[in-house]
Amino acid sequence: MPRWPSTWRELPPGGVIDKPGTSMWVETGTWRSHRPVIHLDKCIKCLMCWVSCPDNSIVRLDNDYVDVEYRYCKGCGICANVCPTKAIDMVEEGGL
Amino acid sequence: MSVTIRQVRTGLNGDEAVAYAVLHADVDVISAYPITPQTIIVERLSEFVHNGELDAEFIPVESEHSALSAALGASLAGARVFTATASQGLALMYEVLYITSSLRAPVVMAIGNRAFSAPINIHCSHDDAYAARDAGWIQFFAETVQEAYDLTIIAYRVSEDERVLLPSIVNLDGFILTHSVEPLHIFRDSKDVSEFLPQRRPVNPIDPDNPITYGPLALQNYYMEIKRQQAEAIYSSKKVINEVFEEYGEFSGRDYSPVKSLYTEDADTVFILLGSTAGTMRYMVKKWRREGRKVGVVSLTLYRPFPEEELIESVGDAENIIVMDRSFSYGSPGGQLYMDVAATFMKRGLNPHLVNVIYGLGGRDFTPEDAEKALEMASKTDVDIVWIGVRGDNYG
Repeated sequence: MPRWPSTWRELPPGGVIDKPGTSMWVETGTWRSHRPVIHLDKCIKCLMCWVSCPDNSIVRLDNDYVDVEYRYCKGCGICANVCPTKAIDMVEEGGL
Repeated sequence: MSVTIRQVRTGLNGDEAVAYAVLHADVDVISAYPITPQTIIVERLSEFVHNGELDAEFIPVESEHSALSAALGASLAGARVFTATASQGLALMYEVLYITSSLRAPVVMAIGNRAFSAPINIHCSHDDAYAARDAGWIQFFAETVQEAYDLTIIAYRVSEDERVLLPSIVNLDGFILTHSVEPLHIFRDSKDVSEFLPQRRPVNPIDPDNPITYGPLALQNYYMEIKRQQAEAIYSSKKVINEVFEEYGEFSGRDYSPVKSLYTEDADTVFILLGSTAGTMRYMVKKWRREGRKVGVVSLTLYRPFPEEELIESVGDAENIIVMDRSFSYGSPGGQLYMDVAATFMKRGLNPHLVNVIYGLGGRDFTPEDAEKALEMASKTDVDIVWIGVRGDNYG
């Protein structure tokens, strides 16, 4: 994982991100207020959450069940909203 | 004059001179809104493109906001770009001015300085240039049509230098320079100029094969570092500007420096100003000298980054400084240049008698008689702001 620049002198000019795919190491899920928690006992593998997640934070597993990538999940709650069996709860961060 | 590259002596107005400079800079993309307050600069360029003299894309956009946005995009893709505007048009670009400098995109823009509405007025004030002063662009001011031509070519070298990577504005007084024909020397073609201004070598260009991101989000975590870097970039561009001025002097036979001064060495009173009125003031200073009055004048060719050291050095020990603003900063301690000069002196613990002359708004002529009046009124000790050439009270 590349190092974050420690002073302004090390930044590329204009704040350009000079390589692709840096979101692999920049965790953008740090400001979530609620996290989705999946109850697999209610999951029917419809993958609506996987299709609807705007940030690819629902991970499709080999058996078509799903998991959450919390490093990137912003806690928008779309997955919980589209789930037809209410298998996803939005739980307050810090309350876990 | 030791001219190293052969040049042609001709007569052009300021608009045409800038258009020829852009032709000779061999730009790749011109994007401009073609309607008022646009000048003839882009009209000529459109002709150059369409008659085959200039191999460039001419993008006639639907607003100045789009004009600068298109220029910005083309610049990030590695093109040498040009746009031009004035007054209300610049105001409509405002948002993109900051984005262009913050993304460190070399763009060169000419402004035929004109007054902001209201009342509606198409003539010269420096309102537009001053409104862009905080936007992080390098700004040059031309005194003559020759300077408008030269500074446009110089601006490309400075902006595209990989130690700078900032956009530049070349200011030329609306109508007084843009529409007045003056004699000047221009180069024969872009091949001759290419020795001074070779093809652009972009840093971090947009390229589908090597994807990069311009304009990402940076919040509390990195915004401030990016801004600190930008502040350093424009301050340190002055070193490059001085180098380029020197090199252009050798190349063209015409010398440039951040400030131009006349008779300041032993002056007790010094005028400081921007733009074409410097010619009138030089004429007056010579006249005053013949009358035994110790008056000097300093005009700024470089306005941003503000040439603090050069200004202090050229003003010397003068007790009275008269700063002339062709605009006003309403509700401020004075005009925009006045505030810059005041801060420059105060930072160094210097405290000359400082007076602000407001003149020539909306294209009102500034005559030698007005200069006499300015000197007389500004000599009073209890005065800080003087409006010259206005009907009614002059002070305040």
